[in-house]
Amino acid sequence: MARLLPVLTSLLLATSPLAAQGQETGSPPPQADEHAGMDHGSMDHSQMDMSGMDLSAPGMKGMDHSAHAMPASTVSDEPGNAPPPPVPVDFPAQRFFAPYRMAASRAAMVKEMTFKTFALQVDQLEFRTGKGGDGFGWEGQAWYGGDIDRIVLASEGEGTFGERAERIELGAYWRHALDPWFNLQLGMRQDFRPDPQRTYALVGIEGLAPYWFELQGQLLVSNKGDIHARGKAGYTQRITQSLVVEPEAEVDFAFQDVPALNVGAGFERLELGARLRYERNRSLAPYVGVNWERKLGGTAELARRAGEGVSGVSAVFGVRAML
Amino acid sequence: MTPNDSLPRSLLQRRHFLALGGAFAGSLGVAGLFPAWARSGTPGIVHASTDSGVLTGNSIALQIGASHFSTGGRSGHAVTVNGTLPAPLLRLREGETVRIAVTNRLKEQTSIHWHGLLVPFHMDGVPGVSFPGIDPGETFVYEFPLTHSGTFWYHSHSGMQEAEGLFGPIVIDPAGADPITCDREHVLVLSDWSPIHPHEQMRRLKMMGGYFNRQRQTLAGLLAGKDQSLADRLAWGKMRMDATDISDVTGSTYSFLVNGHGNAENWTGLFAPGEKVRLRVINASSMTNFNFRIPGLPLTVVAADGNPVQPVETDEVQIAIAETYDVIVQPGAAESYGVIAEAIDRSGLVRATLAQRPGLVGETPKLRERPVLTMRDMGMDMSGMDMGEGGVIDLSKPANSSMSGHSMSMRDPSVAPGVRMGPGVATLSPMPVDRLADRPTGLESVDHRVLTYADLRSRDPNPDPRVPSRQVDVHLTSNMERYMWSMDGEAMSENPSPIPFRLGERVRVNLINDTMMPHPIHIHGHFFELVSGEPGNRARKHTVNVLPGGKVSFDLTADAEGDWAFHCHMLLHMHAGMMRVVTVRKEAEA
Repeated sequence: MARLLPVLTSLLLATSPLAAQGQETGSPPPQADEHAGMDHGSMDHSQMDMSGMDLSAPGMKGMDHSAHAMPASTVSDEPGNAPPPPVPVDFPAQRFFAPYRMAASRAAMVKEMTFKTFALQVDQLEFRTGKGGDGFGWEGQAWYGGDIDRIVLASEGEGTFGERAERIELGAYWRHALDPWFNLQLGMRQDFRPDPQRTYALVGIEGLAPYWFELQGQLLVSNKGDIHARGKAGYTQRITQSLVVEPEAEVDFAFQDVPALNVGAGFERLELGARLRYERNRSLAPYVGVNWERKLGGTAELARRAGEGVSGVSAVFGVRAML
Repeated sequence: MTPNDSLPRSLLQRRHFLALGGAFAGSLGVAGLFPAWARSGTPGIVHASTDSGVLTGNSIALQIGASHFSTGGRSGHAVTVNGTLPAPLLRLREGETVRIAVTNRLKEQTSIHWHGLLVPFHMDGVPGVSFPGIDPGETFVYEFPLTHSGTFWYHSHSGMQEAEGLFGPIVIDPAGADPITCDREHVLVLSDWSPIHPHEQMRRLKMMGGYFNRQRQTLAGLLAGKDQSLADRLAWGKMRMDATDISDVTGSTYSFLVNGHGNAENWTGLFAPGEKVRLRVINASSMTNFNFRIPGLPLTVVAADGNPVQPVETDEVQIAIAETYDVIVQPGAAESYGVIAEAIDRSGLVRATLAQRPGLVGETPKLRERPVLTMRDMGMDMSGMDMGEGGVIDLSKPANSSMSGHSMSMRDPSVAPGVRMGPGVATLSPMPVDRLADRPTGLESVDHRVLTYADLRSRDPNPDPRVPSRQVDVHLTSNMERYMWSMDGEAMSENPSPIPFRLGERVRVNLINDTMMPHPIHIHGHFFELVSGEPGNRARKHTVNVLPGGKVSFDLTADAEGDWAFHCHMLLHMHAGMMRVVTVRKEAEA
């Protein structure tokens, strides 16, 4: 009992602001106190430094009621523990309405409540201007499906006006929710540029990490057997309700030299961007930003030998759309 | 036999004002869409006359059809009853039996559910649960006895027609004299109206959980010292939880309405100084909980969800979706009062007017600051933690030492063994507390009286004094980022088993809110008693708003045989899956 007292006292002190709040509104302190949740297994008593409590105070039912509704007026209306009845499998409405109509309406309700839809999200559609000339870039996806499973068509690419596009990628994958935050991607990616074209099998993870970072990691195996990886990270920072800045990074990695694509083993390419958009309207938001791209490692070396630039920075102007 | 009828003075005024009211509404060019009782400048509700928009008697016909509705510069498709929004007022009498023929003039199925009325389950109007629905062109005749009195409402339970305007009030007069006396009464149907179809709202929310939230925390806010501190923002960000996630669909697309009138249309109800005016307030919104107040007038709450309560005086009532409150006000000498229904996320408000004559505009207060959620809303309040001004938790202070070592995990399955874990369950409240005595979201620190559920005591003794023989936990679960809503981790579309009750048994239902949003939970076909205060005169309700991270227990006598819907009355939450069928069966049958 001696062990119990300090605990009880601290609890009483702790709960008193709430009791005061109840009185402020002219009502008696609530009998069902805010610790009622502890009765139902939602709190592990053993972790609470109260281990002696249940044993030494048999009449206390944990600490519910006794700790809070101090006056002796506490009413014991704790429910019993009768077993629940079995779950019936028939439908009472069928006593009044034709079973086929009820079955149809049940199916209609489930269908109505099953969410399946189409969406188009264009993250970037932009004009780029820099030392290397003017160009364009895009990134977006369309999807169809529900909460757990979706079919996604994703595309990104870039190029310079007057030249053949540098990258044109089109991915198609099944997106499956793994947990509250992350999804699995399983599918293909077709690269129409660079030449020669490649088809990749794709497996990836995408999702929302703690602190609201959006992450994506993909592993790609081409029809020629070469293996690549891509990582992406982004963060949405609202400056005001309508002004949003979104820094992003994208990095490609090759597990081997791929001479046909002028790729060297190791990190291939890094792209960093930051876009400031005006999102008064979520469906169409214009933005300005900066995009910096650099070839890395062996890939950069190959580019240098071919007399190509390895890095470029450009100002970007575009729109983000959510339709 | 309305209170009005017993007062010749009011009668005279009524005739006078009816004419005026008609002229006033007519001048807005919208009178056609409003039943007379809902028109601006109304002297109050009375028994049916030819064009009063009040339907009464034992035989009623309702036509459901497509209409167009506009308010405050927004317009769109609407689904209406007899061409009006809100639908006609049904004024019926306890003890009688009513036949209501509902004809569907839409191209899709429809239905009407009598919200709060105790009717046989096959007359309850939920397609797929209690009846097959009403097909296009079909007339379904509802017939049921009126076994109790009070303020209720009716709405579609098909698709999301309720959000498109298919809702209306019901007033059941007591069989004898009404012990709640007044000189005049008005019905106030609160609603939210968006030109964006609810299916499209849902689609946008699935793309982005905060699609309609234009009051999120920003860098500018941080620099200006607003909202959460940097440390709190980081702590919440770590958990991927948004402390400004108060409402899903907001004033960024909603116009808020009183009897179909927005601010510009200024619905006006008339009074004479010194009168006792009974306001029957119904929140028929699809997604908006309202803070209701009349600055300058105390509100005496006399009934909740149709059931009389011991009169309790307050200054502000948070009326959750699907709840009804009857309040008595006694306007003084002032010519007009603003009747304010403010969305709880403070993204907008609607002001109606109580006035001595038409043409006056009640005062419109400024929107108050949008609330910011606290640890208590995460079901993580340890009481020992330092609560700062306005209930904001100072995370830099350590928790009560006696709690040290307790799991602070926001997703520890051991706290909710009945929940099916999956992508749809982002969080589980680690320490849900009973919040019936809490002031509701956003009203924690306002400097006047605020009604809490603990203030409500039934006027009449509770009919069933038995202690429940067992209890059932129901977890309200969600993933806000994916916009998934469920009970016990399972959405209605996954065909979960019904929750079984034995006919006549008394059961305690514990609703545990594992989300950061309040959920107005409604059970069909029954009233329940909120487990708050001494038993005997506990508040009897059909809908209870479970505060974020909190817990509500109610005792229910399962005395109505059949299948009943049990769901969150935020329409998009129900639609996304926060719903179950409750089935009440005779013991032998079960």
